[in-house]
Amino acid sequence: MIEKALTGSSRYWIWISFLLAVIGVGFIFYLKQLSYGLGITGLSRDVSWGLYISQFTFLVGVAASAVMLVIPYYLHDYKKFGKIVILGEFLAVAAVNMCLLFLLVDMGQPMRALNIFLYPTPNSIIFWDAVALNGYLLLNIVIGWTTLESERYSAPPPRWVKPLIYLSIPWAVSIHTVTAFLYAGLPGRHFWLTAVMAARFLASAFAGGPALLIILSMIVRRLSKFDPGREPIQAISKIVTYAMLANVFFFLLEVFTAFYSGIPGHKHPFQYLFVGLEGHGKLVPLMWLSVILAAAALILLVNPNTRKNEKTLLAACAAVFVSLWIDKGFGLIVGGFVPNPFERVTEYWPTLAEALITLGVWAIGILILTVLYKVAVSVREETAGADTEH
Amino acid sequence: MSIDRRQFLKIAGISALGAGTAAANLIWKNSLEAIQAAPAEEGLTAKKWAMVIDMRKLKTEEDYKKITDACHSIHNVPDFGNPKDEVKWIWTDTYEHAFPGQENEYLPEAIKEKPFPLLCNHCENPPCVRVCPTQATFKRQDGIVMQDEHRCIGCRFCMAACPFGARSFNYRDPRPFIKEKNPEYPTRTKGVVEKCTFCTERLVKGLMPACAEKSNGAIAFGDLKDPNSEVRKLLSANYTIRRKQELGTQPSVFYIIGGSEK
Ligand code: SF4
Ligand code: SF4
Ligand code: SF4
Repeated sequence: MIEKALTGSSRYWIWISFLLAVIGVGFIFYLKQLSYGLGITGLSRDVSWGLYISQFTFLVGVAASAVMLVIPYYLHDYKKFGKIVILGEFLAVAAVNMCLLFLLVDMGQPMRALNIFLYPTPNSIIFWDAVALNGYLLLNIVIGWTTLESERYSAPPPRWVKPLIYLSIPWAVSIHTVTAFLYAGLPGRHFWLTAVMAARFLASAFAGGPALLIILSMIVRRLSKFDPGREPIQAISKIVTYAMLANVFFFLLEVFTAFYSGIPGHKHPFQYLFVGLEGHGKLVPLMWLSVILAAAALILLVNPNTRKNEKTLLAACAAVFVSLWIDKGFGLIVGGFVPNPFERVTEYWPTLAEALITLGVWAIGILILTVLYKVAVSVREETAGADTEH
Repeated sequence: MSIDRRQFLKIAGISALGAGTAAANLIWKNSLEAIQAAPAEEGLTAKKWAMVIDMRKLKTEEDYKKITDACHSIHNVPDFGNPKDEVKWIWTDTYEHAFPGQENEYLPEAIKEKPFPLLCNHCENPPCVRVCPTQATFKRQDGIVMQDEHRCIGCRFCMAACPFGARSFNYRDPRPFIKEKNPEYPTRTKGVVEKCTFCTERLVKGLMPACAEKSNGAIAFGDLKDPNSEVRKLLSANYTIRRKQELGTQPSVFYIIGGSEK
């Protein structure tokens, strides 16, 4: 089937070349990082994780969100997701690949990455995260590919995939829970030390991932003859709405606990992120942008008229995605490090090199996504009896 | 036991035992537990190493400088000259920042302004060890928390986990920034984490930690499990505090705060 990714319109090839160029730039800067060290980034002794690890965290959520299509389709026999579920599975594949790459570029000694498996350490959450992510990647590649292949020959998928599909459901939940445990179990990092962390992660994942999926479905519909259909998109938009409401609710729970209890250590990160602390407030505008986007998105999503209108729905989904990216793909990690263990404020801001490496990894993910979607869409066009040329 | 760790111990072993290849081979064969159980004749051993810092005896800026300089110079700790890349094993900060949450505005001025030496606490229940995915950070039987710089993947999970900010990461190659290299102690490479080791390389030679030695008696070091040790005597005779006890890591570094005397 992979050959379907090797033929395409000139637009397709321009897009691929563009992504390759971005990857190339990122790679050059990664080589620089390898020779100079992570000092090339904005990271410091006080803020020792930054953009890379927050992208990783955010993308684990995107990956886990495929389950929001798998559950209705396979467990509740919601047939309308039949066409779109493959898009969710392939999105998961691309997202997990990015996660693993972000972990790798964040390592000070990437050549030793395999030490995680050479010296398996069950008391370390990273060990479980590595196992969970690699397993989830494998599951989604196998499931996505086999179901698509059988669809191509208009045959039912082989019976052995069913158990794998069922397995992928708890597995998806596990990848994000384990990722939350990376943070939620650390003593002395008040911002992360909260039992609601895993729940909040899942809620934001089930809002952000499906929102991205709606955007992608609309792009696919415009660029190809494959139409995921209006109804599945509407169904997903309800998932986004509920998940986003849950996410905002969980966040407000945190705010209440921090400020009503009045414990300084719990209040400080929130103060740093939203109003600034001791005169430092680099993240304040971004965090408020995230709040405003979340509020705007909820207004558009909760109102049935704007949710049913695909134009406003698209705007709402974009707002959800950007809002969550800021919140989880940036603020959550930096906030955990500010103030530092000595109650001093050290700020963090990514450097250009760091940003370009980050873009490079995203471009690799988008390249994987493009190729996989190209295959899926070509198969769909074929089985729909449509012309394969474009 | 990995080749990496053996090599590491071999290096540590050579400098520690000062006995050339024979001793190194011994460690190579008998691994980590061997040096813990059977150190060289003159080596110092303990069931649980601990430190008591008597703040009453630290007075002038010179007192502090001697301590930190001693540690950083013998351990090849680089000086990058900027806070972002900073690597440090022992340093000072004020009471308010050393013991956040325990300050109050009516403390004696002398205590408010006094610099407190800070270093790795060699916690009994160390979160840095718990989170390390490669066992590069590990706790020895004598309570010392160590890291194997040849196994560390540089993930910095241990830095996020340490509530005491005790760990530093080599954001750049440290070697060009070491003022005067001590050939007897290994240098590190970029991309790994490091911190105070309670001077394991000196203990095996029968020497006290460098900071204790240079402290004019302000820093006592000894076996917490031995009721006759100096640290135990100080602990039973004085009121001491530890950093962030509420987190349950059980630090092995104790502070005698003293009164308002300068
Ligand atoms: S002070 Fe930090 S680095 Fe040292 S043992 Fe405790 S947790 Fe680990
Ligand atoms: S940075 Fe090194 S020592 Fe620290 S947790 Fe990672 S592998 Fe272990
Ligand atoms: S015990 Fe040794 S390594 Fe630790 S701070 Fe003192 S001199 Fe440095």
